[in-house]
Amino acid sequence: MADTKKVVIDKKNKYDRQLRLWGDHGQSALESACVCLVNVSAVGTEILKNMILPGVGSFTIVDGNKVSGEDVGNNFFLTKDSIGESRAKAATELLSELNDDVSGDFVEESAEKLIRANPDFFSRFTLVIATNLCERELLELDSLLSKRNIPLLVCRSYGFIGYMRIVIKEHTVIESHPDSAHEDLRLDHPFPRLIDYCNSLDLDSMDQKDHSHTPWIVIVYKYLQKWKESVCIRTNKEGFPLDEENFDEAVKSVNTALVPSSMPSEVRKLFEDPCCKNLDSESSSFWILVRAVKEFVDNEGKELLPLRGTIPDMTADSTRYIQLQHVYHGQADDDVGIVTEKVRRIEQSIAKEEPVNTLNMPPPNYENCISDHDIKLFCKNAAFLRVFRSRGLAEEYNSKTANLQEIAQHLGDEDNDDDDFVFYVLLRGVDKFHEEYNRYPGVYEDQVEADVTMLKTSVQKILHDWGLNPTSIKDDYIHEICRYGAAELHTISSFIGGAAAQEAIKIITKQFIPFNNTYIYNAMKQSSLTVQL
Amino acid sequence: MHVMQIIPTGKNHKEIIKKKEKQLFFTICINQMESDWSGRWNHVRKFVERGGPFAHPDFEPSTEAIGFLQDVCKILVIGAGGLGCELLKDLALMGFRNLDVIDMDTIDVSNLNRQFLFRHKDVGKPKAEVAAEFINKRVPGCKVTPHYCQIQDYDESFYRKFHIVVCGLDSIVARRWINGMLISLLKYEDGELDQSTLIPMVDGGTEGFKGNARVILTGITACIECTLDLYPPQINFPLCTIAHTPRLPEHCIEYVRILLWPKEEPFGADVTIDGDEPDHINWIMDKSIERANEFKISGITYRLTQGVVKRIIPAVASTNAVIAAACSTEVFKLATSCCLPLNNYMNFSDIDGIYTYAFEAMKKEDCIACTNIPKALKFSDGDKLQDILTYLIDSAEYQMKSPGITTSLNGKNKTLYMQTVKSIEEKTRENLKKTLNELGLRDGQEVYIADPTTPNTITFKLTLGCNME
Repeated sequence: MADTKKVVIDKKNKYDRQLRLWGDHGQSALESACVCLVNVSAVGTEILKNMILPGVGSFTIVDGNKVSGEDVGNNFFLTKDSIGESRAKAATELLSELNDDVSGDFVEESAEKLIRANPDFFSRFTLVIATNLCERELLELDSLLSKRNIPLLVCRSYGFIGYMRIVIKEHTVIESHPDSAHEDLRLDHPFPRLIDYCNSLDLDSMDQKDHSHTPWIVIVYKYLQKWKESVCIRTNKEGFPLDEENFDEAVKSVNTALVPSSMPSEVRKLFEDPCCKNLDSESSSFWILVRAVKEFVDNEGKELLPLRGTIPDMTADSTRYIQLQHVYHGQADDDVGIVTEKVRRIEQSIAKEEPVNTLNMPPPNYENCISDHDIKLFCKNAAFLRVFRSRGLAEEYNSKTANLQEIAQHLGDEDNDDDDFVFYVLLRGVDKFHEEYNRYPGVYEDQVEADVTMLKTSVQKILHDWGLNPTSIKDDYIHEICRYGAAELHTISSFIGGAAAQEAIKIITKQFIPFNNTYIYNAMKQSSLTVQL
Repeated sequence: MHVMQIIPTGKNHKEIIKKKEKQLFFTICINQMESDWSGRWNHVRKFVERGGPFAHPDFEPSTEAIGFLQDVCKILVIGAGGLGCELLKDLALMGFRNLDVIDMDTIDVSNLNRQFLFRHKDVGKPKAEVAAEFINKRVPGCKVTPHYCQIQDYDESFYRKFHIVVCGLDSIVARRWINGMLISLLKYEDGELDQSTLIPMVDGGTEGFKGNARVILTGITACIECTLDLYPPQINFPLCTIAHTPRLPEHCIEYVRILLWPKEEPFGADVTIDGDEPDHINWIMDKSIERANEFKISGITYRLTQGVVKRIIPAVASTNAVIAAACSTEVFKLATSCCLPLNNYMNFSDIDGIYTYAFEAMKKEDCIACTNIPKALKFSDGDKLQDILTYLIDSAEYQMKSPGITTSLNGKNKTLYMQTVKSIEEKTRENLKKTLNELGLRDGQEVYIADPTTPNTITFKLTLGCNME
């Protein structure tokens, strides 16, 4: 008993610095996740390292290759002694040693074989991360995973260029942790409790101490009521305003505090989503909650979301600050109560539709009972909800379904001379090159120049397929890519390894917002770009 | 032999460095290759042995370039924490073999979620030593030399040995100090910078999901002091809030930390708070809860208490990996010229998608660190010495910590005030209350300021008006 308690404390201490970012519930989601890495590359092991350190549940490496001298050169988790051995096994050993809480496993088989021989192998994973797969293998893996509704993260490190792609059918985020958000104070739509509270305070009759410790929310409210005949400011004998910090704060905050309360357009979009409109027994709790909140907005909320219920700190005496806090809390709790009723009613209505037929009826779907805690969390975050759906790789790789509008926008503009999107086209180009010649351009010392011409042709073919000007890529870029010869610099892998791990953690914890859906990193300029393909 | 070319404007100063490094280079060729294996440097070689359109104009691809990287180039890594561990790994795998690392800290359990060169068994040991040992064992041929001490323990002769300094620090004061040190190493001839004295500084910083990486060509591009306003001064709760009108759980914790602890001395008279001592944190938490209950405030937890007491900044493996990688790429570019370095600042955040923003931070015309222009201090002769001190500490421009002031009166050096040495502090404390006039300071008088934020003495010129505005 004492031992388990000690383990818990140790874990809390070990993970303290990250628990402050995603909380205990985020951590427990991470600790129950199983991730799969396809192919040991420098970028692959770096991603795993950055997930093992914060304590992902388990990882499995799939790789049928043996360790080469080149592999060890840029990879911290392969050693000279392991040259010639299984790459999956060698990397798993050194990665497992990073954190005793994480279990590691490996399969000595190529992804290609595994996809064909045992596609269900992948069903067990929360997320699959793929590196160094050729186009054909990647598309096969993508189709297999999308059928099983498993998110895929594709990562690549190529010379000075990094690349990531997220494929995920639907990802819903309640806690997006916005960096800066307006407070939800409703000074323009004061609710009865707030009105009553503000009216209970009479600024004129207060003694000086109370006057200078009245929360500014009350001051702004009063001013709004007495728009023209402002009598709040106290003056000294000479008629100059007294120096009162709370009044200064009120003046400073008035602009942001009076941003009109309104429905964020992102959330409005969710209300129009078919998933919100057509609920059934398969609907996730996220969409049930969206629907309940929509009904609240349409009725009791009078076109506004449930109140967030928090106020910022401000100069005030303890008593009245706490009272005001209760005014907001109380209203928020009332709103949560109304939403909860709606949730329960929706749960019942969609459960009814379930056929009640045989004796071996499945036990009541536990998922369908959304906890009070989750409803509260949802209401508090209602303004920041996000839904993320990305297109599949098959669509992106088919020139008929590719997002040509986005592509043309990045390539067509003459002014976009330094648009990093060019590297996406070049990476597609080197893959096409590889498809034709079974090697990457510039891999061999004596062929670099010849490969420049050949790569140019490959790139032109891709542009032609998209119906774009085949000469829109400058020669300098072709030369630079051939210079790389598919070399994987450790620092570029390490950059992508860090960024990809965090995206994986966002997907697993359902907190913060993942990029959508393609990310290009250009280490030459330390710049990057996100595009939807 | 390939040499370091660091100026993005393309100034050719390679001959200078070539001369400086020639001797070293001969000794190295012999030691090379012993620990290598076939294919080991294939990745890196493509960048230093092949030219490219985005390389530095002076770049000369060469098969010997890797030898320079491995055996001539000496890199100093400051900090062996979240960024430091990553930096050492990154640089070692990019081919650098002569690495020194300085860190004054020992390993704590809370480091293990990201400082991947440390294990549970290492808790309590010096970070620099454990990190160096791990890298030397894992990356054959790499020689990391640890320094378990403060950066201030070394002088110019130590710092002059390096070609590039990389910082992975969480302290602004330390950053400012090393910045000042590298600037003090610059030599000018007839007003022209002698570029062989320039040691570039690559600096990384992280906080939660945000970070930045920057390249400083000391004396040429914006330095830490030029952009000091990028670090907002630390915000403290007003004492009257803590003492009389607490509203947040944090206010209650600060009350216990600042006011109650020294009064009650719960663990003895001279025991200061140790944020890693659970007994201390528990005591503070219990007392904070008592105070919070009194004011009907809720939300005090152990985690919050420790966070407030230690001023904990959240940290995660991924951000450190990203920023250290960007810094190491820049070190590689500076050392090889295979690509132009970042000009000169990059911000990163991955809260909402992934965001990077690279921009050129501008050099400040009258920077106190990297220009030689004495700054003016405008006061009136009726102002007190204390007013100058307060100004140097509070102004966003200087953000000093405990400045000491000396001057030269009638050819004699005179210490007006110094805080760092107890006996001098006692002797000079009286001066704080004296007016500048009483101290004999006149308009145009030069005063010299020393502060922990810099190894150098900064010259200010007093401009004394008659009355205070």
